Amino acid sequence: MDAVFKALADAGRRKLLDALHRENGQTLKRLCDHLDMTRQAVSKHLSLLEAANLVVTVREGREKRHFLNPVPLYAIYTRWIGKYEVNRLSALSDLKNKLESKRKE
Amino acid sequence: MAKSEFIYVTFIRTTPKKLWHALTDLEFGRKYWMGGHQETDWKVGSPWKLFFEGQLADSGEIVEFKPPKRLAIKWRHEMNPKAKAEGYGLCVMALEPMKGMVKLTVTHSIARKDSKLIEAVSGGWPSILSNLKSLMETGKVLMKTW
Repeated sequence: MDAVFKALADAGRRKLLDALHRENGQTLKRLCDHLDMTRQAVSKHLSLLEAANLVVTVREGREKRHFLNPVPLYAIYTRWIGKYEVNRLSALSDLKNKLESKRKE
Repeated sequence: MAKSEFIYVTFIRTTPKKLWHALTDLEFGRKYWMGGHQETDWKVGSPWKLFFEGQLADSGEIVEFKPPKRLAIKWRHEMNPKAKAEGYGLCVMALEPMKGMVKLTVTHSIARKDSKLIEAVSGGWPSILSNLKSLMETGKVLMKTW
């Protein structure tokens, strides 16, 4: 999970994930066409994203296509966001119960 | 290219044999399919069906069955009329052992652009795969239903 957070801690890499979300399966060339980054920077970011399993690559002939893999993001969602959301919601319902029971007293 | 496709990858700490069982044992499948269940005999050419809460959600046919490596299902969505009208796509599950883990790759594709089928099924796979990984590694699922 460290690799995923590290990969997400960069605006350029988040932009690349957004670009793949808009159009999945892009080649390096196509990704470079739309982004204000050098080919070297895009390539470096992509290999970091791939190491974190956020991007999956497939070779098709001479081309390498890049696919967004949201599975690790889902793991973060269930581990962090889901957990705290549940706590926040139960705190609210506790508060509601407390206020309502006071009114009855 | 006139193709819609997504590729989901997850690494699970298990063996290909155990993961294959988890993918193809219909009773075991109920544990992580978020309230869904499949019906098939897994023979190549046999029908395959996926139900959620008793309703047919997806249907198709077994195209490839090569334990414990590769499973392919011809797959049509049944609930959303637009997605159903697109007809069949293909779902391939590939298992590769990797340093004490198994790399599970799920590829879902159809030969058309901006597919509703791909949109319909792509929302479900991350939670199913995360649930499967959690179940294999810890014995517990993350969520029982959506």
